[in-house]
Amino acid sequence: MTQLKDKAPLGKVIVITSGKGGVGKTTSAAAIAAALAKRDFKTVVIDFDVGLRNLDMIMGCERRVVFDFINVIQGEARLKQALIRDKRLDTLWILPTSQTRDKDALTKEGVEKVLNELKEQFDYIICDSPAGIERGAQLAMYFADEAVVVTNPEVSSVRDSDRVLGLLASKTKRAEDEGAEVKAQVLVTRLDQRRIDAGEMMTIDDVLEILAVPLLGVIPESTAVLRASNVGMPIVLDEPSAASRGYEAAVARLLGEEVDTQTERDKKPGFFSRLFGAPA
Amino acid sequence: MSLFGFSFRPRRAKSAKTAKDRLQILLAHERSDGSAGPDYLPLLQADILAVIRKYMEIKEDEVDIQMERNDDVSSLEINIEIPSPGPDKSVASTPLRKRAGLG
Repeated sequence: MTQLKDKAPLGKVIVITSGKGGVGKTTSAAAIAAALAKRDFKTVVIDFDVGLRNLDMIMGCERRVVFDFINVIQGEARLKQALIRDKRLDTLWILPTSQTRDKDALTKEGVEKVLNELKEQFDYIICDSPAGIERGAQLAMYFADEAVVVTNPEVSSVRDSDRVLGLLASKTKRAEDEGAEVKAQVLVTRLDQRRIDAGEMMTIDDVLEILAVPLLGVIPESTAVLRASNVGMPIVLDEPSAASRGYEAAVARLLGEEVDTQTERDKKPGFFSRLFGAPA
Repeated sequence: MSLFGFSFRPRRAKSAKTAKDRLQILLAHERSDGSAGPDYLPLLQADILAVIRKYMEIKEDEVDIQMERNDDVSSLEINIEIPSPGPDKSVASTPLRKRAGLG
């Protein structure tokens, strides 16, 4: 089922986190995973929100869940039984979580074992963190190589992101073992340029000045996000929109490509993503 | 997105500026404390209570400690309700104000 490629997989673990709920973590995890898979990276996206499973709906595979992450951790199912292959992209897989158990079913050892097994097969392992900073969120970030901190230009979201950045710098395996930080970048979502122009919303520069971490990308407020979630389609696989172009550009930057965020924001939206990202 | 890429309107003295200023002040404190707020406040409250009790009888919930953090100066306000002597239960509020450069 999951045969190894001829070259060794990258095995990179990226957590999508935020602290605050409702800022777009799951939407972003689904979009980033799908955008990486579109670029032919073998990618799996894992739902860490035990008890409040939602990634399956955003990915449109909610009716195909048989076994889940918790079953695998507790030895009730094999990993390959729980992995769901995306019907649109054959490089994309989903590991759903349990809807009935609670977050105590996650153990550090169990999570590590599953991640290590996934690292042998996948290029990118995207961990969709639950909101908050408790067990589920801590375990979602603990083994990460990189972090995407999803932030809305709004006071409570920015404050929570700051708190999460502090945890990424201290409560992760990298921070504990090697004294090295997890590379953290901020993804600003639900940006409304009209409200910025009216002085009602903080600008990207305001948010970056406060959080003092690099910018991964900017996702404008878009009706396409709700539409995509209604039909269970990761936004980058749906019709092109300002939001999908934002995610394509963010993923380009995640892969180390030079994408000028300043230009992207201030000139025509989506110019660079049209240059770098394949159309949906 | 604005139509012409960027706006020439320079005025931003609106709520976004307030949001940024509030966050900068708050986060400067939270980062230096390493937590959401100073965690010595409950201990301080217990100590103050013990000192006051050496001289008069007051109840646990009659001490109110509040802290206001600003850019350059923070104020710690301690309010103790001291029961008036005599049989009637009316209380006189005596605010003891202490100002200190905290954080």
